[in-house]
Amino acid sequence: MFKTIVGTFDLNATATASVTASLYGMIMKSVVPNTLVFLFGLFFFCVNAPEVQAQQSSTEKAGKPTVDIRIGYLRAYEPQLALSVLDIPPRDEGVAGADVAINDNNTTGRFLGQSFTLDVKETKFDADVVPAFKEMVERGDRFILTDISAAQLMSIADLARDNGVLIFNVGATDDSLREENCRPNIFHTAPTRSMLADGLAQYLVWKQWRKWVLLYGSHERDQLYADAIRRAATRFGADIVEERLYEDRGTARRTDSGVIQVQKQMPVFTQNLPEHDVVIVADESEVFGSYVPYRTWTPRPVAGTAGLIASSWHPASEQWGGSQIQNRFFKATKRRMLSKDMQAWTAVRILGEAATRTNGDDPAKIEAFIKADDFSLAAFKGQKVTFRDWNWQLRQPILLGDGRGVISTSPQEGFLHQHSELDTLGIDRPERKCRM
Amino acid sequence: MRSHMSMLAVTVALQFAAQSAWANMVYVSNEKDNTVTIVDSGTMEVVKTIDVGQRPRGITISHDGKFLYVCASDDDTVEIIDTATHEIVGTLPSGPDPELFVLSPDGKTLYVANEDDNLVTVINVEGKNVIAEIPVGVEPEGMGISPDGKTMVNTSETTNMAHFIDTSTHEITNNVLVDSRPRFAEFKPDGSEVWISAEIGGTVSVIDNETREVKHKITFEIQGLRSEAIQPVGVRISADSKKAYVALGPANRVAVVNAETYEVEKYILVGQRVWQLAFTPDGKSIISTNGLSNDITFIDTETDEPVKSVTVGALPWGVVVAPN
Repeated sequence: MFKTIVGTFDLNATATASVTASLYGMIMKSVVPNTLVFLFGLFFFCVNAPEVQAQQSSTEKAGKPTVDIRIGYLRAYEPQLALSVLDIPPRDEGVAGADVAINDNNTTGRFLGQSFTLDVKETKFDADVVPAFKEMVERGDRFILTDISAAQLMSIADLARDNGVLIFNVGATDDSLREENCRPNIFHTAPTRSMLADGLAQYLVWKQWRKWVLLYGSHERDQLYADAIRRAATRFGADIVEERLYEDRGTARRTDSGVIQVQKQMPVFTQNLPEHDVVIVADESEVFGSYVPYRTWTPRPVAGTAGLIASSWHPASEQWGGSQIQNRFFKATKRRMLSKDMQAWTAVRILGEAATRTNGDDPAKIEAFIKADDFSLAAFKGQKVTFRDWNWQLRQPILLGDGRGVISTSPQEGFLHQHSELDTLGIDRPERKCRM
Repeated sequence: MRSHMSMLAVTVALQFAAQSAWANMVYVSNEKDNTVTIVDSGTMEVVKTIDVGQRPRGITISHDGKFLYVCASDDDTVEIIDTATHEIVGTLPSGPDPELFVLSPDGKTLYVANEDDNLVTVINVEGKNVIAEIPVGVEPEGMGISPDGKTMVNTSETTNMAHFIDTSTHEITNNVLVDSRPRFAEFKPDGSEVWISAEIGGTVSVIDNETREVKHKITFEIQGLRSEAIQPVGVRISADSKKAYVALGPANRVAVVNAETYEVEKYILVGQRVWQLAFTPDGKSIISTNGLSNDITFIDTETDEPVKSVTVGALPWGVVVAPN
């Protein structure tokens, strides 16, 4: 086994992946984490020691021991339904992206004597996340990715600050977390709803589809998405000619022959609208949105949370070297890479990059490196991604895609900005409510 | 006598043509339409277009000019093309998704970057067999070799390192951190330095080949262009090691850099998304591939002015000029 691993590193990477996977599986249940970490460290040292020694660079000091860098991942998960089974989130959504980035970091880390491990902890959607968070802190996690609700994130924000923990929000798109509830120790790799809406709006305006109808759902997150759409319309000169609310009456999403009713309901719901170019759907809750395309009273394209969807990534994006991360992700997970996977990949890569450049795991140095003016990361989006220094939101292009492929990428040509064109997406510095 | 005279004239003409700067074939790989375009550097006209494997990117030629090597990325192979007949006469076992490669100075060994497997594959050209696989960083891409053939440098795009590899042992001797997404490695012909372009970082790192440390970082600034659009990719340094050319991707320009002072002296507007560069053997011209405008641009290295753009295939990627 030893020979094989030294001969071709690919096997090594696979072995590391499976160990990482089983490791976090065990840690999730909080069973003897210290022993496992030790075993993992030992395993990693055995595997990498010969290479590390053989490849000492002039920039490295000789005989440097392996530094283990633990990255936590706190997520709220429950099985969810969707209007289309294709849209049901995979069990490991997000976590898989973090895992692939851990492998990437470890490939780099073996040249520098650094190894990375992922410590995943799961709770329910509305659970109190404080105990879980405390457990992770006790285990020594100083860098924690979160995929939890805005309210859950707020409940641990001060606790994180008091324990010197840096948080990377990879899931919540709430603008409030970057505005009135912003924190100096919370970085956001997930885009905001306003960034997504602006990315979409720029394209629609570029297409000269300026008259919009807004159909929105009755849950809070649907309303927040609708708010972002309204803001984007005002910002980029589109006109919302009518709005309609689709009340969630708690109907079952999947019923035999339900589709026959839907075919009749959706045209009626979209009947007698004023003249419009496009129908915008705001239904993050998956109550009616996916039913709208092809069923509107008048034939119009659909965009928003259904039809043409704005997101941080697309499973079919192959531009800008994207096929490399897509291939790597598919090889590791046997499924395609989703936006949350990319958001988690980016967060773990940011930490990996910071550990590489600061040559260690000192949270203060890592934080200073990430917050420096010249910090940037390559993330397969055609240009570097950087942080907004007023709220630590990641600046990033927004991809617009349907179920099959990428249709366009925003910012669109012609939307100019004195600092960065990426700041035409989302709430900009002059409008900010964040005061750190 | 008359026939003898005309024979002589033809011979003279042929000799002149052979020695002239303007008589080399230029080979351009067209990533999108799976072809290689052949352009005469003298007339600057397309001579022929040949079909190759899927997604041709990296392209190089044997030192005797007889064989062209093309990375057919989506076919996971390197194709060998006979430059006399333009037929594909064989393949080399490159490993998956070959993108860029470099031929050793003695022409016997080809070093290939395998993006998907974090490997550099070492191929014996004559035997068409794999000699070694060297594990490197994430997404290996740029490949450079020292003039004496003793050191090979590979760049890994997500690890952000230049890996120095001893070609006799196939071991990595040094890992040097550079800026984001290093795309290309070019040794100075005098062997003193390696230049590494960083596409996302927007810089070129100059690494001292003695100390293996970054001794200078070249940055680029173009009025009216946002910094994100400046994405250095291909780098070529003149035979006298005095002047360098850097392709700047979506900045649509080639930068001319004084290779002794590292000052950027000029930006030459060529075409859209300029990626790779190649000198003609006499060094009097350098040719850029402009991916999004589907053309290549001939630049006069005396004046550093663009001379002519020639339409080739779809998404031209790599370029190499026959040595003879």
